Amino acid sequence: MFKRLIVVMVLLALLVTACAKPTPTAPVTPFRIAVVMPSAITDMAFSQSMWNALLAVQKEMGGEAVVELKYSENMFKVPDAATAIRDYASQGFDVVIAHGSQYGTSVQEIAPDFPAVTFAWGTDVNTFGMPNVYAYTAAAEEGGYVNGVLAAMLTKSKTIGVTGPVEVGDAKTYIDGFVQGVAAVDPTITVSKTWTGSFSDVALMTEAAKTHIAAGADILTGSSQSVVGSIGAAKDNGKVLWFGTQQDQASLAPELVVASQVYDWTGMVKEIIAQRKAGTLGGKTYTLQLKNDGLKISFNPAYTLAADVKAAGDKAIKDIIAGTVTVTP
Amino acid sequence: MPPEKDEKAVHARRFDFSGLFFNALLPLAGMLVALLIGAIMLLILKVNPLTAYAQMVNGAFGSVSGITQTLVKATPLLLVGLGICIAFRASVINIGGEGQIIVGALAATWFPLTFRTWPGWLLIPSTLLVGFAAGAVWGFIPGILKARLKVNEILTTVMMNAVGLQLMNLLVRSVLMDPAVIVSGTYLAQSERLPEQAWLVRLVPKTLLNTGSLIAVALAIVVYIFLWRTTIGYRIRAVGFNAEAARFSGINVPFNQALSLTLAGGFAGIAGAIEVMGVQHRLLEGITSGYGFSGIVAALFGGLHPLGTIPASILFGALLVGGDKMQRAVQVPNSLIDAILGLVVLFVVGSALWSRRWAAHRQMAAAKNQEEQA
Amino acid sequence: MNDVFQLSVIAGILTSAIRLATPYLYAAIGEAFSQRSGVLNLGVDGIMLISAYASFYVVLHTNSIWLGLLAAIVVGLLMGLLMSFVSVTLKAEQGISGIGLYMFGLGLSSLLFKITIGTVKTVTGFQPVKIPLLGNIPVIGNIFFNHSLLVYGAFLLVPVAWWIMEKTTWGLRIKSVGQNPAAADSLGVNVDRVRYVSVCIGAMLAGIAGASLSISLLNLFQDNLTAGQGFIAVALVYFGGWKPVGILWGALLFSTVNAFQLWMQVLGVKIPSDVAIMLPYLLTIAALAVTINRVRQPAALNKPFERGES
Repeated sequence: MFKRLIVVMVLLALLVTACAKPTPTAPVTPFRIAVVMPSAITDMAFSQSMWNALLAVQKEMGGEAVVELKYSENMFKVPDAATAIRDYASQGFDVVIAHGSQYGTSVQEIAPDFPAVTFAWGTDVNTFGMPNVYAYTAAAEEGGYVNGVLAAMLTKSKTIGVTGPVEVGDAKTYIDGFVQGVAAVDPTITVSKTWTGSFSDVALMTEAAKTHIAAGADILTGSSQSVVGSIGAAKDNGKVLWFGTQQDQASLAPELVVASQVYDWTGMVKEIIAQRKAGTLGGKTYTLQLKNDGLKISFNPAYTLAADVKAAGDKAIKDIIAGTVTVTP
Repeated sequence: MPPEKDEKAVHARRFDFSGLFFNALLPLAGMLVALLIGAIMLLILKVNPLTAYAQMVNGAFGSVSGITQTLVKATPLLLVGLGICIAFRASVINIGGEGQIIVGALAATWFPLTFRTWPGWLLIPSTLLVGFAAGAVWGFIPGILKARLKVNEILTTVMMNAVGLQLMNLLVRSVLMDPAVIVSGTYLAQSERLPEQAWLVRLVPKTLLNTGSLIAVALAIVVYIFLWRTTIGYRIRAVGFNAEAARFSGINVPFNQALSLTLAGGFAGIAGAIEVMGVQHRLLEGITSGYGFSGIVAALFGGLHPLGTIPASILFGALLVGGDKMQRAVQVPNSLIDAILGLVVLFVVGSALWSRRWAAHRQMAAAKNQEEQA
Repeated sequence: MNDVFQLSVIAGILTSAIRLATPYLYAAIGEAFSQRSGVLNLGVDGIMLISAYASFYVVLHTNSIWLGLLAAIVVGLLMGLLMSFVSVTLKAEQGISGIGLYMFGLGLSSLLFKITIGTVKTVTGFQPVKIPLLGNIPVIGNIFFNHSLLVYGAFLLVPVAWWIMEKTTWGLRIKSVGQNPAAADSLGVNVDRVRYVSVCIGAMLAGIAGASLSISLLNLFQDNLTAGQGFIAVALVYFGGWKPVGILWGALLFSTVNAFQLWMQVLGVKIPSDVAIMLPYLLTIAALAVTINRVRQPAALNKPFERGES
């Protein structure tokens, strides 16, 4: 009788512990990467570029069993992101990516508490001197320059409109590069810029784009996830061309998107993984460039680009890689 | 004493008890209904609701990190909720929590950065006071507009939220911007780190829990004493219970309504100050995290009683922390959490106030009956 | 600064202003109906979001803009019923239940968008329709008579709403319920039913406001597409003194300020965007303070009605 009671108690205890721990332990420990992002993973811009890269790396390395991915999106409020970063770190993730320049101070405060975790954050170049922090950025001005060259050759009205969110980070550097690219081809072209003050206000971005169009612009470019509004405005007009950045935006308006600068983080992610496996947890800075294939100019196949314009674009790319042309962010 | 009257007196007292019963139980019941609907939504997303909710509980209470996060989130909820208790008891609705938190945070950033040589024992209390004052001003403006010009406070407080937000955006991207980010060229929307004397002491290492939480609890007791043991507090409650009767007995109704809004703003301002001084150590965008609205829900959960708001804000903090944790664990979109929280608000508000009015109504009827008997 | 006064710029600003005013007009006039009957609905933004999603989804899959519009109206009606139930039947605190409705609409629209559509896409919504003859007048033609049907609808709504409110028995009922529900009740008017209807009218119009964004003005859907426009619409009701014409002026003022600051940026005039964004709100508060002496709000606004209670 007593024995049966003990058996029951043991079974009950097992049951309780089984219920209390809902996550089963995997037989093989995968490499665990978590990413915290300020916008949606489907934003057609900054966040999506990182998520796509992670998915690609996961696929290449063998799928979910080998690489575990977790994400927290729409963390535009830094305190929430900090909680997420800290939480992933305390769960023992191998790499925690803080994908947003506003997360820097959070990483600075959290990284020392978890010396065994690799933190990667961007876009910035500051590793805070910590051995387990990588910093990464994109030389967005390079692709901006190339786009600028192409745009300058294609514009007929000699007016180009730029719709920017907030004048910070890679939004600013991309546009700076773009303006230089335009000037290199034809300094008489007017490039007018508007900043909506928000990364997410699509309606305002649309109005900004429409304002540029009404003021005579026949080519538009811009940055952030709210540019879908600008692309929509271009589409409504039907004749305005678009140059994109951060993501290949051709799918939004196949007849009007000429080219997009694409952020390709896969090389960087693979290197971080490799370094960690070899024992280095951080301390380096990565910059996506045309040279190292981190930046790519994706020409939209659905848009027929005149041969001489494409040649000019290709030349600009070569020049930047070779260093004959320097773009100052 | 005639047995009838006795019965009615007992009846009234018994009713009192069941009224309280309703106050605590019905909101919880409302919350459960909302969570049930959430479970259905989880099922549609092919997530096991039991796993998901288990993760939620685990996230909020299952670890030191979780518990401290819950308490850290509960602190601003409690403070805003205290202000709501005061305002609501005067029948004034303060939806301006977000803006009041922001200006409190702004003041609590500007002050230590300006007087950065002051010693901690002087700097901390004065910064808290400055935060209170800033929030109080933000509550005073809608308050005086209501008192003098009868402008509806719901609208003015919502407007003040927007103004406060833009004001912070403007300042944090220009005057208050961290010199370090200007140098590094990132131009992030954040302020310089506060001088260390202005930091609130961390209670548990490696977590964000700080003395601000203790300050909040102490203030809850203060508010309780204020509302039930002082004349001003009595007047505020009288105005909320029956404005006409209060006016009849000589209480200045508009003044007390404005006062309650001002105080509510002040408490929200302290919430902002503590977020800056204890949690973030600087001002950054998004510092309010919606506490201005969720603090209202916390106060409702707590039956609009300052002491009841303490467990209520812990519970709501747990919902927030657990919800985020659930999102990370089962990878549901966090918009699901927002939707569930919206339903919680709807159901709690739909149940609690109805029962309160009903209970108050019956109480007044019972009291009237007693009078007639006399 | 001289550029500002060029005709083309002024024309551009006015055209933008008319376009931008559309969602505000629908939502604010709808809210006016609700408030005139005594119910404050702060959930307008949430209703706009979920209806914007619904209409976008329908257009995406059926390519029928009219079905999309219908979807928005139906979804708006459902949200209106929910709000009425909580605020009128359950007599909850209207300000807060409105916020709950907003949170729910925001969360649900984002959630459904993520699971059913996933990535941002554009649709071909209501296209600009030039009114024959009038649309050909130089300059003025383009400003006023070359917009999508939903834009025209918003402006037509103003006289229609006025007429309903002032010239029909139904309008009289709404107003009486909002001014003195006890008296209306004693005269046999079903207070709760009138309130249900007016809240639902308001919600359906808020739904059309959402559709005007997702399938007319912007032709896309994204998280938090409205970015708080619903709350501004509620403010505009106060601004306009609960009258459709007043709301019209308020909406035009708001959108003109927005259009103005955008054009300023395009032309290179430096105004910090944060300051410009603040102006409409400051203006509203000022207007509230100034007009409140002349305009009285519906006496029973935000007070649930209980028979037997005075």
